[in-house]
Amino acid sequence: MSTRVRVNPIACEAHGMCAELLPERISLDPWGYPIVDGAPLRGEEVEHAVRAARACPTFALLLERDQPRAPRPAGAGSAGSQRL
Amino acid sequence: MSATAPVERPPARPSPGARLPRLFAGITAEGALTLEEHIAIHGPLPDLLTGAGRRGRETPGTLLIHEIQRAGLLGRGGAGFPLAAKLRAVAERRRRGIVVVNASEGEPASLKDRTLLEALPHLVLDGALLAAQAIGSDEVIVCVCETAREAHAAARAAIAERAPLERRSPRVALRTVPAHYVAGQESALISYLGGGPALPGFTPPMPFEQGLRRRPTLVSNAETLAHVSLIARHGADWFRQIGTAEQPGSALVTLSGPVASPGVYEIEYGASLASLIAAAGGTTRHVRGALLGGYAGSWVPGDRLDSLLLSSEHLGPLGAALGAGIVLLLSDAACPVAETARAARWLASQSAGQCGPCVFGLDALAGSVEDVLRGGAPAAPIGRLTGLIARRGACGHPDGAVNLVVSALRAFAEEFDDHARHGPCERCTRAAELPLPRRPVDRTPGRAAAGARR
Repeated sequence: MSTRVRVNPIACEAHGMCAELLPERISLDPWGYPIVDGAPLRGEEVEHAVRAARACPTFALLLERDQPRAPRPAGAGSAGSQRL
Repeated sequence: MSATAPVERPPARPSPGARLPRLFAGITAEGALTLEEHIAIHGPLPDLLTGAGRRGRETPGTLLIHEIQRAGLLGRGGAGFPLAAKLRAVAERRRRGIVVVNASEGEPASLKDRTLLEALPHLVLDGALLAAQAIGSDEVIVCVCETAREAHAAARAAIAERAPLERRSPRVALRTVPAHYVAGQESALISYLGGGPALPGFTPPMPFEQGLRRRPTLVSNAETLAHVSLIARHGADWFRQIGTAEQPGSALVTLSGPVASPGVYEIEYGASLASLIAAAGGTTRHVRGALLGGYAGSWVPGDRLDSLLLSSEHLGPLGAALGAGIVLLLSDAACPVAETARAARWLASQSAGQCGPCVFGLDALAGSVEDVLRGGAPAAPIGRLTGLIARRGACGHPDGAVNLVVSALRAFAEEFDDHARHGPCERCTRAAELPLPRRPVDRTPGRAAAGARR
């Protein structure tokens, strides 16, 4: 199983907390919105990501967990996303 | 919304390529074909529910989906997604699906969907009803842009014409949607039909998973469904007789710019641009470039146009695509930098205003093109900006603006360089050649009134 971070750009209001708490994966653009590296998180990055997602005032930072590619019915949703 | 676009329906005219017309068979210069005329041309709608030709445990619905898959029909709204995959995804959900016919056509350079509804509404309704049967749906909603009054009237008349004939058929409703560029985006349409604003949403869930009223929803372009009505009648092999391996069949293309008869044409995928221009009576000026796929599309420079073939196989390597079937020709009287700047500014004005990178990014992007246009500013900041904008919105709108500007830099490198060094050219002050709505948005009574009170 791997975990990635993703931003809901509609919910995001550029508070910038995520870039403070997960600088390994998130930087800010010139307007203050997060630029996210969506590659799977490694080791303790997951813990930092959880903290960053909880700190977001608009709940715009999402952690998405990919299931390992087990047999699944065709057409079923691919990735589960959750708010932490 | 297409205030300066050619709005009159193109007269019925021969289309380039043999074995055409297909969709445009029997099209008339004025008015819509009645149900009777439609059936005289295409034959009656094959009744899937009789189960004729049933094989084993396959239902008529799955047979039709299978046939559409064999035909290789791709969506004609711009994204080119295989329709069979969408149908199957909706059909497989537990809840009963809904069919949404997307003729909202927010792209000002496209007239094909409103033309289809204006002239051949029964072709679209056939396809929508077949799709509904294929996925076991009892509900069809036809969505037309609020400015397409003639299309709306023709669709309403056609729906009324069918009502007494088909008691067991799904309910068909007609809705108008706001004339905003992103209003026709799938999730925006779902939101609007559900009583919300016509704004794109954050996905997943995709409409086919959870769409209108939380039911799985097939959102399909009007032209795509019109093709379904012909595939159901003539089969996949017939459909694939023309077109290319990647893009089988015919397509409607809206051609505008310096040609004798701009309008909507039916072409075979893979046809040459030259044959399309010839069908439109030839060019009236030398062509400096072509914008393919609309304002969110890509520029192709003039020296490539003579040998250009209209298929994904040929256009893909050039970084271009036909998208929703849009070809805008730009004459050599226009300044490509000025036209690109205007189009980029217009796209910025059409942002739904929801995602920061789109709101701020497209404004900055248009500004940086305008800086080059005025002179003295290098084009380099444009490249940095496009990297900051692409793929960062909830919908594809910012990516479209990036396409437009990046392809312009490539196609018109000389002009951009010239403007950066020497400022405006003598063509910059000419009136805009690309058709853009005069006012960015707003014709909604609520907002206009609010403005008046201020």
